[in-house]
Amino acid sequence: MKNISIPSSQITPKDVYLSRRDFIKAAGVIAGSLTLAACGVSPIQANPDVTPSSSQVSDTGEIPNTFDEITHYNNYYEFTTDKEGVARMSGNFKTSPWDVEVSGLVNKPGKYSVDDLIRKFQPEERIYRLRCVEAWSMVIPWVGFPLSKLLAEVEPTSDAKFVRFETIFNPDEMPGQKQPYYPWPYQEGLRMDEAMNDLAILATGLYGGELPAQNGGGIRLVVPWKYGFKSIKAVIKVELTDKQPATMWETIAPNEYGFYANVNPQVNHPRWSQGSERRIGELSRRDTLMFNGYADQVAYLYDGMDLQKNY
Amino acid sequence: MKTNYPSASNPRSKKLVKPAIDWLRIGVHVIGSLSLIMLIYKWQTTGLTFNPIQFIEQYLGRAAINMLVLSLAVTPVVTLTGWRKLSKHGRALGLYTFFYFSLHFLTFAVLDYGLNLREIFKLMIEKPFIIIGSSAGLILLALATTSFKYWMKRLGKRWKKLHRLVYLVGALAVLHNAMALKGSLTNLSGNIVRPLVLGVLITLLLVLRIPPVKRWASSLRQKSWIKTRVFAKSK
Repeated sequence: MKNISIPSSQITPKDVYLSRRDFIKAAGVIAGSLTLAACGVSPIQANPDVTPSSSQVSDTGEIPNTFDEITHYNNYYEFTTDKEGVARMSGNFKTSPWDVEVSGLVNKPGKYSVDDLIRKFQPEERIYRLRCVEAWSMVIPWVGFPLSKLLAEVEPTSDAKFVRFETIFNPDEMPGQKQPYYPWPYQEGLRMDEAMNDLAILATGLYGGELPAQNGGGIRLVVPWKYGFKSIKAVIKVELTDKQPATMWETIAPNEYGFYANVNPQVNHPRWSQGSERRIGELSRRDTLMFNGYADQVAYLYDGMDLQKNY
Repeated sequence: MKTNYPSASNPRSKKLVKPAIDWLRIGVHVIGSLSLIMLIYKWQTTGLTFNPIQFIEQYLGRAAINMLVLSLAVTPVVTLTGWRKLSKHGRALGLYTFFYFSLHFLTFAVLDYGLNLREIFKLMIEKPFIIIGSSAGLILLALATTSFKYWMKRLGKRWKKLHRLVYLVGALAVLHNAMALKGSLTNLSGNIVRPLVLGVLITLLLVLRIPPVKRWASSLRQKSWIKTRVFAKSK
């Protein structure tokens, strides 16, 4: 699949890129084991089930952010609103074992452990752009499998129109959830056809290793054409429904955060402009791309919809 | 003010040759420059996060609001404690507020938007939270330029009226802060603790300046002999 608006000067030759990534991966694993060892948790192991860069969407030609950047600049209000503090605050959060319950309008509801899911669906590397609604962005090498595979497994009934996701509620380990000003637990939702799109994945890993707690481990959703807050972390419940689910940020401020939350430079957030963004690691701003650069893959989902209204 | 300066005609006053160190003035400048020093320290030690421009911008904005609250607190603190020496330092605190606001604005215009004047101007007239922040900034600019004795004399009674606008700056700044965070004050949800605390604090400081409340507050002090004793020394 072709990717738009990426100048060829930014494309790193694949061998260079791969060796760079191996280096970063090794460095990341070492750094990860050092910090985790200090907390008495077993170090991150590279996941042998993963075949890197097997995905059609991984060759965007963009250089991923470093492991350090991705794991130390996190928006994760369940731990703290301080982006640098999330890694520290989530140090004792247990991401394994982790179970996900799939329920609602399905023929075969069930509870799956992340280990089961990894065995069943053979996660692959997906290098995606992530665009935060706060106008910063990253490029992240996730490891995950299409959400559609899990949905096919549970067989949604014909009444199922939406998928609702819920984050674990555990205020003892997630001190941010003691804050009364948020309707915990975090919840998100997708329309069925969005959920079935191949770009929508459930991520179980990062940089070829496990998914760190601060990035949404045990398992998280990644929908790269939508603002980052749609990609809900630490998912324990997936429910198929016939009604559009309420989402956390839409509940808090409906005039600012819509259900769709597609990255769209033409739809200004009432407070700030969404026309440009700062890529972490870069100094000047770049233009924000329609659907975060994934228009070819997802634009059809919104044919005939007024995106100014359905923001 | 005490005059500790020696009189040339009296050789016995040699003991008093050194003018007393104005610890209060030094304290005010330490507090004023602390935010900048801490920013530089963080830059040199842990670094300014992986999104340094946004961090600097938000940090300086918070520093400006903190200084504003401190400068608004001067008169009420004098009312409550009778510590009159403090009142002449309100101006320095106000100028520090303007200093941090200026750095905040420069970070926005130069570092964040690379002096892209068209884009900056567009944001300043289109985005409510930036309109509000810019208005607060413009008032601060007017207050800072007229904070000198020349203007105080020239404007006479109008000077006081003009400088009461600092409470408007406080309200606009807190609103600007609240709107820049993810949350909703009307729903009382989201990231609202800081703007709420600041809003309540500024309102309280304003209430303490309403004449009947002010009289009541200072009568409270006169009744309390402990406070009078403690602060009498520093008068």
